Amino acid sequence: MSLIIGLGAILVLGVLYMIFRVTNLVAIAKGVKDDKVGPNNSLHGVLFIIFMVVSLVAFFWYSFAHFDGYTLPIASVHGKETDHLFWVTMAITVAAFVIISIIMFVFIYQYRYKEGRRAKFYPDNHYLELTWTVVPAIVLTVLIFTGLSTWNDITSPAKKNAEVIEIVGQQFAWTARYPGVKDNQLGKVNFKLIDNFGNEFGLDLADKNSYDDFKSLELHIPKGKEVLLKIRAKDVLHSVFLPHFRVKMDAVPGMQTQFKFVATKTTKEMRLETSNPDFNYELACTEICGQGHFSMKMPVVVDEWDDYVKWKQAQETWLKQNPKYLDKVPADLREAAMIKAGLEKDPGATVASVNE
Amino acid sequence: MATTDIHIHSDVHHHGDHDHEHEHHEGNFWTTYIFSQDHKVIAKQFLITGIFWALIGGVLSVIFRLQLGFPESNISWLKPLLGGWITADGKLDPQFYLALVTMHGTIMVFFVLTAGLSGTFSNFLIPLQIGARDMASGFLNMLSYWFFFISSVLMFISLFISTGPASGGWTVYPPLSALEQAISGSGLGMTLWLVAMAFFIASSLLGSINYISTVINMRTRGMSFTKLPLTIWAFFFTAIIGVLSFPVLFAAALLLIFDRSFGTSFFLSDIYINGEPLAHEGGSPILFQHLFWFLGHPEVYIVLLPALGISSEIIATNSRKPIFGYKAMIGSMLFIAILSFIVWAHHMFVTGMNPFLGSIFMLLTLIIAVPSAVKIFNYVTTLWKGNIRFTPAMLFSIGLVSFFLTGGITGIFLGNSAIDIQLHDTYFVVAHFHLVMGSASFFGMLAGIYHWFPKMFGRMMNEGLGQLHFWLTFIGVYLVFFPMHYIGIAGFPRRYYSWTNFDTFSGFTDLNMLVSSAAIATLAAQFIFLFNFFYSMFRGRLAPINPWNATTLEWTTPRNPGHGNWPGEIPAVYRWPYDYSKPGAKEDFIPQTVPYSETPESNLPHETKLIKLESSNGDNAIIVEGSH
Repeated sequence: MSLIIGLGAILVLGVLYMIFRVTNLVAIAKGVKDDKVGPNNSLHGVLFIIFMVVSLVAFFWYSFAHFDGYTLPIASVHGKETDHLFWVTMAITVAAFVIISIIMFVFIYQYRYKEGRRAKFYPDNHYLELTWTVVPAIVLTVLIFTGLSTWNDITSPAKKNAEVIEIVGQQFAWTARYPGVKDNQLGKVNFKLIDNFGNEFGLDLADKNSYDDFKSLELHIPKGKEVLLKIRAKDVLHSVFLPHFRVKMDAVPGMQTQFKFVATKTTKEMRLETSNPDFNYELACTEICGQGHFSMKMPVVVDEWDDYVKWKQAQETWLKQNPKYLDKVPADLREAAMIKAGLEKDPGATVASVNE
Repeated sequence: MATTDIHIHSDVHHHGDHDHEHEHHEGNFWTTYIFSQDHKVIAKQFLITGIFWALIGGVLSVIFRLQLGFPESNISWLKPLLGGWITADGKLDPQFYLALVTMHGTIMVFFVLTAGLSGTFSNFLIPLQIGARDMASGFLNMLSYWFFFISSVLMFISLFISTGPASGGWTVYPPLSALEQAISGSGLGMTLWLVAMAFFIASSLLGSINYISTVINMRTRGMSFTKLPLTIWAFFFTAIIGVLSFPVLFAAALLLIFDRSFGTSFFLSDIYINGEPLAHEGGSPILFQHLFWFLGHPEVYIVLLPALGISSEIIATNSRKPIFGYKAMIGSMLFIAILSFIVWAHHMFVTGMNPFLGSIFMLLTLIIAVPSAVKIFNYVTTLWKGNIRFTPAMLFSIGLVSFFLTGGITGIFLGNSAIDIQLHDTYFVVAHFHLVMGSASFFGMLAGIYHWFPKMFGRMMNEGLGQLHFWLTFIGVYLVFFPMHYIGIAGFPRRYYSWTNFDTFSGFTDLNMLVSSAAIATLAAQFIFLFNFFYSMFRGRLAPINPWNATTLEWTTPRNPGHGNWPGEIPAVYRWPYDYSKPGAKEDFIPQTVPYSETPESNLPHETKLIKLESSNGDNAIIVEGSH
């Protein structure tokens, strides 16, 4: 089979070569070429016009007809602003692009070679050059300043009461760590404390704040409240990408990065909006990190605030899931750790219940 | 000043005569073709090596496009080529996919569009267009090629080793590129990559220093800077950018070698991998990114400026008009060259770099759009009221301007840090740089080959095949890269082996299939070029001395210029290189070697005044390099 295909291919190539030789010989037989241009010079001018029309039509048709196919619904406050900037820039650049393209291809067609005509000797014109230096400069200045103010808003420090969530990237999975419902503070970590038996965060158990921290393989975030993602990586670079929230920030080993945003639509609302009952938010990795890069996904759930709080309260602390690490807790803090981690009832609460 | 120049020139002249004799003796094969110090032979060596690499880079991209466009297909028929990198069920190995992406980028950016483009045309055109016998140092020039050759051999070997070539992306960000545990390509493959790049940088520096000194010191009588063709200006700026930025990449590579092999921690810190924490502490992966992009961004212009120079020359020649705004073109290139050094961090808006730095770099980045816009407008105005001949070189130059426009405007999105948050590392970026830098420069290179082939090999390439090649490639390139904008706006990340793991990225199988099919067709179209190139080298129509009726100096050399370029004295230059369709002139071009005294009918008022200077040339010391 492949032999036949191979022979066929050779045959086709042979035929093409013969055609090439024959046309060459015919051209030579017709006489010495002393024309200034080839015989099909005007054809290319026409082809450029056809190319321009067809591609501009295709461009506009696809852009409008498939708009919903290539735009993602926005689910964050700043996402609205960046998308707005995107479409403003799009309007300006597409206008410039279309005008310049049309002028260029029309010139190419209109001024194709004609026997006996002479080109215009037109080496420069300072007014023209000044115009097309100044006009783009002004347009760009406008874009720069709107962009700058949006960027400064997005990267400004988060509010004090923002929900802090840590996201840790490693080959090839994401893990979230929540500060816990009791102290709402993330405990200290140290990469040297990371092990294979459960302490995947490298939690420092001498720090009281770590006892009620809990781990989640799903990222839960509340709607309508500022969320501050604290991002780090354990091995190589990764990048947190939340496409619907217009959030992207690299995860860098040895350096914490962060991104703050406010989600505006719960998962349920988004399911209604997209009329897709299976819709789920996703977190993807966008910095090449090894062979599993393309599969490094974390499901994301946006809840109403109340549901979010309920979910948080229902989570078991990391220490409760890994009680053997109690040995690493300094002896004087062990009691407090057990209470905070939910391993032991709060004695105060017990007294209270007895009293009832 | 005058005396030194005279000195240098008489030296070179002597040297040239000497080698002439050698040629008459039919020289030694090794010194003529292999270890040649003749700039024209070295240019051809760069060209052939560049074409070889372009083919490899293209084939690699088609292999990974097969995976992206037709993820279900069984590609076990590639087993003879890829061996173990095809899994048992006929799929591409996900890690080798990354290796392909990495090597495609490395090969195309450095080996094809830097060495293949600058190496070929700077070498070939600088002496011919400024009127010099050869480069300032033929020996360094030869060394430049052979360093590139060693680099090529090492990089080529790395494609075949069992752990695979470097696979961390062409930007080789550590820690991924530093840790063998993270990806097997970061083992021997990465070592070879780094050593190959060290040789490559040495080659590039030797070349650039040579280009700069040749342009400054060895221009012929009358060839002032303001009479240089734009090609030479472009090569000159490119060489300066290269000299200033490549050493920084060398430093980055060296520090990475230290981190990999000698346990230092320049770029590594707080790493837990393979069940154990590493000893590295205090390094910063961001530092590497700064160093890398300090070269990486100027590199974009190292690739692009020569192509813009070449297209300026070709568009003027084939429109039969002076390039519009000669000085504005030089000014914009100078401005771009300067700005190229202070915009690098726009590649790093979301890497965790201080956001304030992001603001500054956004500001500087968007300024680059201004000189770029000036260039486009000047090209368009050059076409206005021209008398355009669609030679293959002209077609490819027009294609270049079109790509430069289409790809350039998307830079306004990406340079805006707020918009870049969403677009960073998506296919929008892929579309942007492949059009504005990849395809535009590639078209510049092809345009240059079609235009100067007659001077390189003394024969003409087939025009019909060249035009067919253009249309297939032009449409093919747009079909490959334009749809990627949509895919990128939809958020599809780069360097993904497959998107099926994500609901968000589950669509666009149709567009991806279109892109892959177009990529295959475009690669196939390049074989028309290869055939045309090698066939015409031996059997093409004999070229006239000046086939395009161009004004520049290279067209005053014999059909096959020998060592030393001009058999007799080097011609003197009297006018700028763009006297096309000058009112009153008999022909629609006046070569640079024609004095104003011979063209009273077409001289402009200020040019008539220059005649006096011309006539006193013989014994006037104003003109450097007195006549012999």
